[in-house]
Amino acid sequence: MATQVVMPKLSPTMEEGQLSRWLKKEGDKVSMGEPLAEIDTDKATMEMQSLANGVLLKILVNEGDSAPLGDPIAIVGAEGEDISELLGAKKSAKEEAPAAKPKTEEAEEKEPEPKKAEATSKPSGPPKEEEPKPVTTPSRDDGRQLISPIAARMAAEAGINLKSLQGSGPGGRIVKRDVEEAVSGKVERIPTAPRLRAVPARPLEKGEVYPPSAYRDEPASEMRRTIAKRLVTSLGPVPHFFLTTEIDMERAADLRGAINELYPDAKISINDVIIKVAAAALIQHPQVNASFQDKNIRYYEHADIGVAVATENGLITPVVRSADLKSMPEIGAEVRELAERARARKLKPEEYMGATFSISNLGMFGIDEFTAVINPPEGAILAIGSAAPKPVVHDGQIVIRQTMRVTMSCDHRVVDGAIGAKFLQTFKQIMENPLYLFLSQ
Amino acid sequence: MFRQMLLIRRFEEKCAESYSLGKIGGFCHLYIGQEAVGVGAISALRPDDYVITSYREHGQAIAKGISPDAVMAELYGKATGCSRGKGGSMHLFDAEVNFLGGHAIVGGQIPLSTGVAFASKYKETGQVTVCFFGEAAVNQGAFHESLNMAQLWKLPCIYICENNKYGMGTSLERAMSLHNISEKACAYELASELVDGMDVLAMRHATQRAVKLAREQSAPTLIEARTYRFMGHSMSDPGKYRTRAEIEKYQERDPIKLFTATLIENDILTDKAIEEFEAEIKEEVEHAARFAEESPEPEPEELYTNVYANPLTKD
Amino acid sequence: MAEITMRDALNQALREELARDEAVFLMGEEVAEYQGAYKVTRGLLDEFGPKRIIDTPITELGFAGLGVGAAMAGLRPIVEFMTFNFSILATDQIINSAAKMLYMSGGQFKIPIVFRGPGGSAYQVSSQHSQALESWYAYFPGLKVVMPSTPADAKGLLKSAIRDDDPVIFIEQERMYGMKGEVPEDEDFTIPLGVADVKREGTDATIVARSLMVPVALKAAEVLEKNGVSCEVIDPRTIRPLDIKTIIASVKKTNRVVIAEESHPFCGVGAEISAQIAERAFDYLDAPVKRVSGEDVPMPYAKNLEQLALPDFEKVIQAVREVSYLE
Repeated sequence: MATQVVMPKLSPTMEEGQLSRWLKKEGDKVSMGEPLAEIDTDKATMEMQSLANGVLLKILVNEGDSAPLGDPIAIVGAEGEDISELLGAKKSAKEEAPAAKPKTEEAEEKEPEPKKAEATSKPSGPPKEEEPKPVTTPSRDDGRQLISPIAARMAAEAGINLKSLQGSGPGGRIVKRDVEEAVSGKVERIPTAPRLRAVPARPLEKGEVYPPSAYRDEPASEMRRTIAKRLVTSLGPVPHFFLTTEIDMERAADLRGAINELYPDAKISINDVIIKVAAAALIQHPQVNASFQDKNIRYYEHADIGVAVATENGLITPVVRSADLKSMPEIGAEVRELAERARARKLKPEEYMGATFSISNLGMFGIDEFTAVINPPEGAILAIGSAAPKPVVHDGQIVIRQTMRVTMSCDHRVVDGAIGAKFLQTFKQIMENPLYLFLSQ
Repeated sequence: MFRQMLLIRRFEEKCAESYSLGKIGGFCHLYIGQEAVGVGAISALRPDDYVITSYREHGQAIAKGISPDAVMAELYGKATGCSRGKGGSMHLFDAEVNFLGGHAIVGGQIPLSTGVAFASKYKETGQVTVCFFGEAAVNQGAFHESLNMAQLWKLPCIYICENNKYGMGTSLERAMSLHNISEKACAYELASELVDGMDVLAMRHATQRAVKLAREQSAPTLIEARTYRFMGHSMSDPGKYRTRAEIEKYQERDPIKLFTATLIENDILTDKAIEEFEAEIKEEVEHAARFAEESPEPEPEELYTNVYANPLTKD
Repeated sequence: MAEITMRDALNQALREELARDEAVFLMGEEVAEYQGAYKVTRGLLDEFGPKRIIDTPITELGFAGLGVGAAMAGLRPIVEFMTFNFSILATDQIINSAAKMLYMSGGQFKIPIVFRGPGGSAYQVSSQHSQALESWYAYFPGLKVVMPSTPADAKGLLKSAIRDDDPVIFIEQERMYGMKGEVPEDEDFTIPLGVADVKREGTDATIVARSLMVPVALKAAEVLEKNGVSCEVIDPRTIRPLDIKTIIASVKKTNRVVIAEESHPFCGVGAEISAQIAERAFDYLDAPVKRVSGEDVPMPYAKNLEQLALPDFEKVIQAVREVSYLE
C-alpha cells in the first residue's frame, strides 16, 4: 500500500523546508529509519528518515524546492505499484528559453555586439545571458497573489503551499476549486529556472572587450533566506558589517616599482596592484564575488571591479571587467582611461554599472582608514587607506615598514563574517606576497 | 388655576436658570407669557381627555397633571423623567394623565391629534382631544389636511392655535396671507373662536364651549388664542426680530398679572395668599430641581430598549 | 389549501384580521366604495361597514398621521397607500411619529399600525410611480419592513403584521397581485416576521431575492440547474429585522452569493446584506458578493427601456456564473 512521504517538522519553529538533497533515487529501496533526504530548515540542515519500507516510487519535490509542513514530497510503496491515484497528473513544465542563443554561436561572430536582454529593459543594458522564462502565475501589478477567503482557509487546513498553486480566477485569483484540485493530489509546481551556462574562458580577440561577467544563480538556502529576512528588518536595506586589516606594503611597492621599470609605459599605481590582487582574491573566494538577489545569491564568474573615481560631479565607479584575467599594466591603462573619461563625463552607462565588487581608495588624501558604503547589489566593497611608514614588530624587532589599512564592508545577507575575513586574509596574503599571484590554485 | 399659572411661571423661570447652568441640554422652549392658554384650556377638560401639543409644552404638561419633578427630571435627561430620559424637553409623555407629547416637527401633532380623536369616536368613549400648536404651524399642509378630515368625519378634536405672533423669528404678517387664523376654519366649515389668550377665564370658557360641541356632537373647533411669549423662541434666541418696547407693552397684559388683579378685585385672593403660594411653589420648584439633579441617568442598556414593542431578533 | 391569487390572499388576511379584532380598521384612498385601486380590499366595505373601512381624501400626510394618532389611542389601523410612491408625502408621520413614538415616550405609546400597498415597478407607469422604497424605510429603527413574494407568504405575513404591535411597512408588488399559489385556509395561519424562507435548496450558489425578484431567481436557478449549477434561493421576507442567520448559513454552504433586487443598487437592501455577509461570512466567500439590481436611473416610460432597467433571469444567471468562475 503506497504512502505519501510528507515534509516533516524538523524544528519547533519550522513552517516550511527546502529539499536540499535527495539521498535516494527513484527506484531505490528504502527501509524504515533510513535517511531519505536532507532538508534545510530555518535553523539548520537536517536529515529526514523514511517511515516506511518499500521502494521510493516518486519524488514530488525536487532538490532546491521548498514545501510547507505536511505537504507530500515523495511516494514510497511496493515496486511497480500503481500510484496514479495518489499522484494525479503531474506536469513538469521546464520550458525552453524562447530566444536564447548559445553563447558559443555568438562567440564565433566576427564582431560580437552586446545583445540587449530580451525581457529586461534596464537602462544600463549590460548584455546578459538569455534567461529561459520561468512559468509565472499571473498576478496584479503589485505582485500580490490573489486568493479567495475560503480557498485560503482550505489551503491552510490542507497544508498546501499557495505558491505552488495556479489561480484560475480573475487576475490569477486562487479559488476554491483550485485548492480542491490540489488537495486531491493534482499539484502543479512552478519549476525553478535551470542554471545558466557559463561563458567558457578563452583568449580575447584583438580589439575585443570583455563583456560583463557571466554568472549563475543558486537558490538561496533556507538559512540564507532566514538570515536575510531577519537582518533586513534590523539594519535597513543592506546590512553592513566591517572588517579591517593592516597590510605590509613593502613587497607590493617593490612589485610596482619592478613592473614600472620593466615597462616604463605601464606606469602602474599601487591602486592597480590592489585591483589585481583583489580580483585574484575574489576568484579564490567566490562567495564574496556575489550579490544578494532576494530569492537567489548570484555568484559571478569573473571579477568586474568598480574603481571609485572622484569627479567634480561626484563619485563614480567605472568598471574594470574581468580584472582577474587582465595584467596589471592592462588594468592600469584601463583605469586611467576610464577615469579620464569619467571626469569628462563621457562614460557610457554600461561602463559604470554592473560591477561585482568595488574598491575605493582615499589614501591619496591621507586617510588612514575609512568604511565605505556598498554599492548595491554588490556583496562587498574595499576601502583603501593611505600607505605610510609605521613601526611594526617583525621577527621580534621593531622595524619601520610601509603599512596600509584596508576596511572591507560586507553585505551580511551574502557574506558572513568568516567568509569576509577569509577573503581579506587572502587579499592581505597576496598583497604581502605578490608571488602568490603567479601560483595556480 | 391661578396657582397653576404661577407654578408654571416659576417652573419655567427655573428652567431658564438650569439651562444656563448647562443642566438642561438641547432646545428649551419656555411658556412664559402663554400660561393662560394652557391652563385655561386644560381646566375645561376631563382627566381622561387627551392633550397633544408641540415642543413648547412644559406648561401644558404640568397643567395636564405631570408632576414638576418628572418634567424637570426629563429635562435633565434622567431615568426618572416622564419619558425615561429618552425624550427631553420636546417629548414629554405621560399615558396616565393622557398627555400624548411633545412633538418637535412643527404641525406634526395636528394629524396625530385628529387620529386620537378618531379613535375616541371609534371606540365611543366620549373623550375629546385638545391639540395645541403655534400660529406658524397653520401654514403646514398637515394643518389643512387634518382640519379637513376632522370636519369631514366629525371628529371630537379641539384645535387650539396659540398665536404668539412670531414663528421663531418670523412675524405672522411675514408668513401668512390671511392673518386671522380663526377665519381659516371656514375653509373647512369648522366652528371657530377667537379668544384673548391672556385671559385665563376667557380661555376656559371658550374651551368649555368647544368641549361641549365635541363631546355632544362630535364636532371639531378651531380656537385662536391671541397671546405673547415674553422670552425668546427658545433659550438660544437672540431676539432681534422684536423690540424691547413691544415686549414690555405686552407684559402690561401679563396673564398672571391680569388674573391676580381680577381675583383680588373679587376678593378671592389676598396678597398674603399669594405670598404663601409663592413660597409653596418656590419649594415645589426647588424640589423638582433637586429631584432632577439627584436622579440617576438612564442605564446604558436603556439605549436599546423600547425601539420595538415586539423585538423579534436578539442580535 | 386553496390556489388563489396574491390579491385574494391579502384580501383574506385583511378580512380575517378585521373580523378577529374590533380595534382593527382600514383606511386609504379608494379602499371602500371603489373596492380598492388594485381590488385588494374588495368586499370589505360591505362586510365591515364604513366605520371600519374608510375612504380618505387624497391627504397622505394627514391620514398617515391620523393613523398614528389612532394607534396611540389604542386602535390598530391599516393604512393603505395606493402605491408606496405616495407614501413619500407621509414620511414625516411614518418616520418622525410612528417609528419613534415608543422610544421617545420611554415605552408608553406603542404604534401597532400597518402601512401597506404596492411598491416597486409596474407596467410603464414611469419614474414617479415605479419606486422601490424598502431601503428607505428599513433604515429607521422602530419600523419593520416586510415584502412577501407568494400568496401564502402574503397572507401569513400580513396577518402577523397586523397583529404586531409595531409600525410595519408592508410592501406588496403590483405585478404580483395576479400571481397564483397555494394558501392555507386556516384562520390562524400566520407566518412570523423576521424569518427568511429557503425557496429552493441548493449547494453551489446562494441567491438572495425578494418580492418581484423571487420568481426571477427561481427561474434562473432552474436554468442553472440544467447546466450543473445548483442554486439555493433565499427570500428574506422580512427586510427589517433581517434574518441574516439563514442567509449566512447558506453562504457558508455554497461560498458564493448573488443578491437580486429590483431597487437601485446604491444604499439598497442588497448593499446592507452584502455588508453583513462580508462581516459575518468573510472566510467562507470564494468570490465577492454580487448584486443584480435595478439600474441606477429613474424608471423610463418606454417599454424596452423599462425592461432594460429591471433585472431579469438572464442577468441573474450571468451573475451566478461570475461568482462561480464559469465564464
